[in-house]
Amino acid sequence: MDSVKKTALYDEHVAAGGKIIDFAGWALPVQYEGIIEEHEAVRNAAGMFDVSHMGEVEVTGKGAFAFVQNLVTNDVATLEDNQILYAMMCYEHGGVVDDLLVYKFNDEHFYLVINASNVEKDFAWMQEQSKGFDISLVNLSSEVSEIALQGPNAQEILQKIADVDLTSIKFFYCNRNVTIEGVKCLVSRTGYTGEDGFEIYADHEGIVKVWQKLLEVGKALGLKPAGLGCRDTLRFEATLPLYGHEIDQNITPLEAGLGFFVKLGTDNFIGKEALVAQKENGLPRKTIGLEMVKGIPRQGYEVLAGDEVIGVITTGYMSPTLKKNIALALVDAKYGEMGSELQVRVRKNLFPATVVSKRFYQKNYKK
Amino acid sequence: MKVVSGLYYTKDHEWVKVDGNEALVGITDFAQHQLGAIVYVELPEVDAEIDGEDSFGTIESVKAASDMLMPVTGTIVEVNEELESDPSLVNSDPYETWIMKISISNPADLDELMNAEEYEAFCNEEA
Repeated sequence: MDSVKKTALYDEHVAAGGKIIDFAGWALPVQYEGIIEEHEAVRNAAGMFDVSHMGEVEVTGKGAFAFVQNLVTNDVATLEDNQILYAMMCYEHGGVVDDLLVYKFNDEHFYLVINASNVEKDFAWMQEQSKGFDISLVNLSSEVSEIALQGPNAQEILQKIADVDLTSIKFFYCNRNVTIEGVKCLVSRTGYTGEDGFEIYADHEGIVKVWQKLLEVGKALGLKPAGLGCRDTLRFEATLPLYGHEIDQNITPLEAGLGFFVKLGTDNFIGKEALVAQKENGLPRKTIGLEMVKGIPRQGYEVLAGDEVIGVITTGYMSPTLKKNIALALVDAKYGEMGSELQVRVRKNLFPATVVSKRFYQKNYKK
Repeated sequence: MKVVSGLYYTKDHEWVKVDGNEALVGITDFAQHQLGAIVYVELPEVDAEIDGEDSFGTIESVKAASDMLMPVTGTIVEVNEELESDPSLVNSDPYETWIMKISISNPADLDELMNAEEYEAFCNEEA
């Protein structure tokens, strides 16, 4: 693993017994103690993730609002200063470039948080789209480290060491001037687990201090370091999409069931025309939830109605919280009525799969 | 990592405990540690005849499904049905938790497998 990049917290992961893997070119822990233990810690107490691999792009200038509004599917005009929006960037044909968080500091200053595996592609795409807008784009990804502190005890833990009253940071808002252990941090009430929690951005040196102090003060409140393994099981149970699974360049946000984050009635944005047409003509495919008694569904497994292959599993697990074999699947829109029976090919066997609500886990956000 | 002497081992991290013409087969401590929490063991059919190195079943952790490979050519005599209700036994006690009992077609095939010292060296190289 000589060519992979290490985050500022790499030594902390090794010291804590993290099992290191190569994820999108980054050496990161897939687990420490175990995926299930860490998953349960986040659901019931708190877990802490190194998400320094995520990319950050800063947009500044008089044209910043107009640029971001044109770039993403959601309506940036609804944002107050220091509010955050989940959105997608689409191609003209409606497929997804990436999903992202849009932080609005003010009309002339935005911060876009993107997936590690897509940083180069996304930044090139943004540069291409920036022509004609009076803005400056800076890729800060290599300078910014990030921790996600997630779970019902997250606020109580972070409050012990943060100098700002955290109840003042509402769901999907941020504060750019939080000092933690003498380190200046950007803190937002956001996350990727379906639980309340915070994402903390700082420089490389500072993030190590924050990590160490959080572990120290969080221990009594059940805080555990958590790896990428449970990050995926947690986001999946909460029906949060992952690029390369539920969305990609060949899947539109509408097919992925993310229409809530696509505001077709507002200003123009890239891909709007294709998405409006797709909505008018009817979706060719849709994303459904499946539950199986036998067989664990995994990404890429075929979904069948009778003898006909009608789609594919995008993510599936034996859910650690629900103790059920569940999956998200992208299928021909003719099928997948709630309660109907389909089949999934698990290696050489076909097992029954029932169409269920894809809201597998009720999110516990503090709104 | 625990390695038990007196067993045969495969490069695919199964152990084989021979008793006459029959043998118990399970996966090693190294394998269970690499896989992490095991949530499902797909067992073979009793009486099935399977060639050496062909898949006899699948073991699934939270993250992934992995094939288990037949250590030597043989016939399935019995499977450990306890694993259907509690697959995590493989994690807690890998060498006591056998997955299946086989009848070995050709005992000379066992010569191809590793002993405990060889297996330990093999794992150290892989790790």
